[in-house]
Amino acid sequence: MSNFKAVGSRLLQLALVLWAVVTILFLMFRLMPGNPMAAYIDPTFTVEQQQQLMAQFGLDKPLWQQYLIYLGNLLQGELGQSFRYREPVGDRIWLLLPNTLILTFSSLIVAYVFGILAGAYLAWRRGSWVEQTAIPLVLTTRAMPEFWLGMVLLAIFSFSLGWFPAGGTRNPGAEYSGFLDLYTSRDFLAHLALPAATLAIYSQGLPLLLMRSNMLDVMKEDFVTMARIKGLSNWTVVVRHAARNALLPVMTSFAIAVGYQLQGNVVVESVFSWPGLGRELVNAVASSDYPLAQGAFLMIALVVIFMNLLADMLYAFLDPRISHA
Amino acid sequence: MPEIAVPTMARSRRANIFARMFRALKLPTNDPFAVAGLLIYLVFIITAIFADSIATHDPNEILYTPAYDLAADLRPGQEGFVMGTTSLGRDVFSQLVYGSRSALLIGITAAFMVALIGSVIGLVAGYFGRWVDTVLMRLADIAFGIPFLPFVIVLAAFLKPSIWNVVIAMALVLWRDTARVIRSQVLTLRSRGYVEAARVAGSSHFKIILRHIAPNILPLSFLYGSIAIGWAILTEASISFLGFGDPDSISWGYMLQDAFASQALAKQAYYWFVPPGVCIILVVSAGFFITRGYENLLFPKLGR
Repeated sequence: MSNFKAVGSRLLQLALVLWAVVTILFLMFRLMPGNPMAAYIDPTFTVEQQQQLMAQFGLDKPLWQQYLIYLGNLLQGELGQSFRYREPVGDRIWLLLPNTLILTFSSLIVAYVFGILAGAYLAWRRGSWVEQTAIPLVLTTRAMPEFWLGMVLLAIFSFSLGWFPAGGTRNPGAEYSGFLDLYTSRDFLAHLALPAATLAIYSQGLPLLLMRSNMLDVMKEDFVTMARIKGLSNWTVVVRHAARNALLPVMTSFAIAVGYQLQGNVVVESVFSWPGLGRELVNAVASSDYPLAQGAFLMIALVVIFMNLLADMLYAFLDPRISHA
Repeated sequence: MPEIAVPTMARSRRANIFARMFRALKLPTNDPFAVAGLLIYLVFIITAIFADSIATHDPNEILYTPAYDLAADLRPGQEGFVMGTTSLGRDVFSQLVYGSRSALLIGITAAFMVALIGSVIGLVAGYFGRWVDTVLMRLADIAFGIPFLPFVIVLAAFLKPSIWNVVIAMALVLWRDTARVIRSQVLTLRSRGYVEAARVAGSSHFKIILRHIAPNILPLSFLYGSIAIGWAILTEASISFLGFGDPDSISWGYMLQDAFASQALAKQAYYWFVPPGVCIILVVSAGFFITRGYENLLFPKLGR
C-alpha cells in the first residue's frame, strides 16, 4: 500500500518537474529581447504578410493564450516549424537523435566496462603504488574540458597521424542503402571512434571511483569475511561475493550518466561536427532558429528527467533498504 | 547537552574573526594532495593578481616582428615569444597569464554564489521542515530537471555576452546539489542535544541557525564550493568555445575557441591549444584534490 502511494507521489513529482521545465522553456524563449520572427521574416515582406506570418505562428495573441497553445501543442507532440530548415522540428529531431544516442551509448558502455573492471582492480590493490598513481590520474581526466580532449585527440590521430577522419559521420559522397547498412559500415565506425573515445575517457572516472569505493565498503561486510573464513580463494571472494554486490549502485549510476553525457555531447559534437542533437542546439541558438532550439532543449531535458527517475526507481528496486520517500 | 566546552568559546570570541573562520573551514592540511591543490590555487591566484607584470605583451595587441611582418603563427621561442603567437599575431603566453584572471574571477564568484544559495536553502529547508522544506525541495527537483549546459547556452545567447552569464546560470541551477546535502546534514544536527538545549533556553531561530548549526555545515559548503569552482571554469570554457562567450575578455576557453577556429589543429600548433587546457585541468583538479582531502576529513570512514 505504502509502495503504491510512494510511486504515485513520485509520478506526481515527475509531472510537476515536467510542467516546470516546459514553462521555464516557454518563458525563456518568449521573454527574450527582439522579435522571434526577425530571422524568419524577409525584409521585403509587406506589413500584411508579416502579420499573417505572426498570426500563423500564433505570435499576435496575448502571452497567456500563446502559453496555452504551446502546452496544447506539446501534449500532441507538436514542436512547430524550424525557421531555418522550413520543416517540422520533430522531423529534424528524429533525424538527429539516433546519431546522438549511438555516440552516447557506445562511449558510455566502453566507459562503464573499463571503469567497473579498473575500479574493482584498484579496490583489490588498495594502498599499492598502482592505486596511489591511478586515482589522481582518474581525477585529472574528470577535470579535463571534454572538447579540449577532443581537440588533442583530433590533432594527434586525425591531423598528425591521419588514422581517423576529422569530423562528420561518413565520407563525402558515400551512399548507404539503409539505416543498419550505414551504422555498421567501417566508414561510420571510423568517424565514431574519436568522439566516442573522447567521451569515454571523460566518463570512465565516475563508474571507476564508484566501483572502487563500493568495493571497499562491501569488502568490510560480514558476508565477505564469512566467505574468507570458509577458505574460498581470493578470486572467488573478490569477484563472486564482493564485486557482484558492489556492482548494483554503479549500474544505477548509468542512468544518471546518460543524462550528463547528453549535456557533454553538446561540446564534443561541435568539435567533431557530429550531426547530433547537441550540435543542432548550438547551431539553432546561434542562428536564432528558436523553435528548433526549443525542441532540441526539450528533448535533452526529457531524457535527463526520465533518466533521473529511472535511477531513483532502480535504486529503490535494487536496494529495498532505501525507502521511496 | 551542550558539547562545546565553555572556556574555548570565551577565548575564541576574543580571537580574530578571520582566524576563527579559517579554523572553522578545517582546511585539510595533512593530506598531501589537498596541500598540492592549495598550492596550485596559490600559484594561479598570484599569477592573476600580478598578471600585468608577468605578461610580456598586451594579450589583445596584434604584434609585429622587428622586420615589420605580422607576428602570426610563430613557434615558441621564435622572435622572443615564449610560447609562440596566434594566427592574428597575439602572444600566447600573455593570453594564458591573463586567462587566469577571468578563470579565478568566474570560479570564485560562481562557487561563492552556489555555496551561499545552496547552504541557505539547505539550512532553511532542513531547519524549518514542513511545507518550507517541501516547497524548497520540489524547487530542487525542478533544478535537477534542467540540463545545465544547454541552459547556459540559451541564457548566454539571450543575454548580452558576458562572463557573468555562467555565474548567473550556476546560481540559478547548481545550488541544488549543495542544498540537498546541507539539508540532510541539518536534519541530523537539528535533533542534537545542544540545539535542543539552545531552543529550550529560548534562543531565536535565527540565533540557533547562525550560532549552532551554520558553523557545523561550513566545511560542507566549502567542499561544494571547491567543486563549483571547477564546474564554473569548465562551463565558461565550454561556453566560450561554442562562441557564446564575452569577446572582450581573454579566457582559456576563448583561447581554445580562437585556436580551433584558426585551424590550429591542422597546423599542429600544440603550443597554442595545449597550454590553456593544461591550465584548466590544473585549476579544476586542484579543486578535486582539496575536495578529497575534505572528504577524508569529514567522512573518515570513506577514506583510504
